[in-house]
Amino acid sequence: MRGLPRDILVSQSTAPLNFNVALHWLQDICNWLAATSLSQEIQTREWIIPATQTVHIVAVSAVVTSALMIDLRLFGVRWQDQAVAAVTERFVPFIWWSLPVLFATGAVLIIAEPVRSLLNPVFFLKMGLLVAAICITLACQVPLRKDARFWEASPGRRRGAQLIAAISVPFWVGIVFAGRWIAYVQG
Amino acid sequence: MLDSLLQSLQNTNFATAIREGEVLFPWIECVHVLALTLVIGSIAVVDLRLIGLASRDRGVAEITAAVLPVTWTAFVCAAITGMLLFSSNASAYGSNFYFRIKMALIALAGINMGVYHLSLSLGAERWRTAEATPTRARIVGALSLCLWLGVVAAGRWIGFTINAPT
Repeated sequence: MRGLPRDILVSQSTAPLNFNVALHWLQDICNWLAATSLSQEIQTREWIIPATQTVHIVAVSAVVTSALMIDLRLFGVRWQDQAVAAVTERFVPFIWWSLPVLFATGAVLIIAEPVRSLLNPVFFLKMGLLVAAICITLACQVPLRKDARFWEASPGRRRGAQLIAAISVPFWVGIVFAGRWIAYVQG
Repeated sequence: MLDSLLQSLQNTNFATAIREGEVLFPWIECVHVLALTLVIGSIAVVDLRLIGLASRDRGVAEITAAVLPVTWTAFVCAAITGMLLFSSNASAYGSNFYFRIKMALIALAGINMGVYHLSLSLGAERWRTAEATPTRARIVGALSLCLWLGVVAAGRWIGFTINAPT
């Protein structure tokens, strides 16, 4: 924690926690991160950022494709001969195992260029969409743990599954789009 | 000859609009990235099955029948958006080392896929278990994964060697 600005180490419970205070903290965090030797190290080796982005994109591919495969089953247009639970079991691990890779590679990119993301509204939009997409995925997966036939038990449940799939698609698309827009929007 | 062709391509109205507009290039790039994630991901579903690492309880032919329409749709989207992005700065992309590498890798991936579909996949209907996937199919799958990984990497390196936001 050495080198961290004092005002983000000390609790500021008396200060009004408004937007400007949060922005000030983020700026301090950015300044501190950019000055760390790790950040300097990454910035001086030109190959690290594109290599990290490559791994990040491949992990995004795994997540987006797996989500789409599950959604196509929920819509009933792919893998119809296999139960929803079996298709989910087949693809959902790729989503959960890719997330740590995405967080790790994302962290490297943030450490390398903190201002690019931490002071960027599109980055926070992406994180918000990600939280929502994770919740949607859990909403599909968790009921199947108790009852493997949950989404196939009645016409109403089948419609519910289709609704989840229909909601899921724009969130994953939004995450990919926001990810690219981070490069074009400045905080 | 090629130089003047690329120059006239980037002088067309739509190429100029993409280059000079504020938002056209990023939006096309968004669709390009979304399409390529689906190309890579769906091809990986097939490749991992061929190698024997995933979907082992499904037949190879059944997987390809379900997944390849997604792959081709996404590939067409990626190719169209890719050409639009290319047109906006055709001379610079055309002479970019990583762009050429990327095109070469896509061509190799295509040849790899062609060889598989034309000869090696005969009898794929019988490959119901991991054990039943012959070594040649595993090699095709592993090669395909490596080539597409290279395509993503080369694509990212284009962004860092051409004057554009990364």
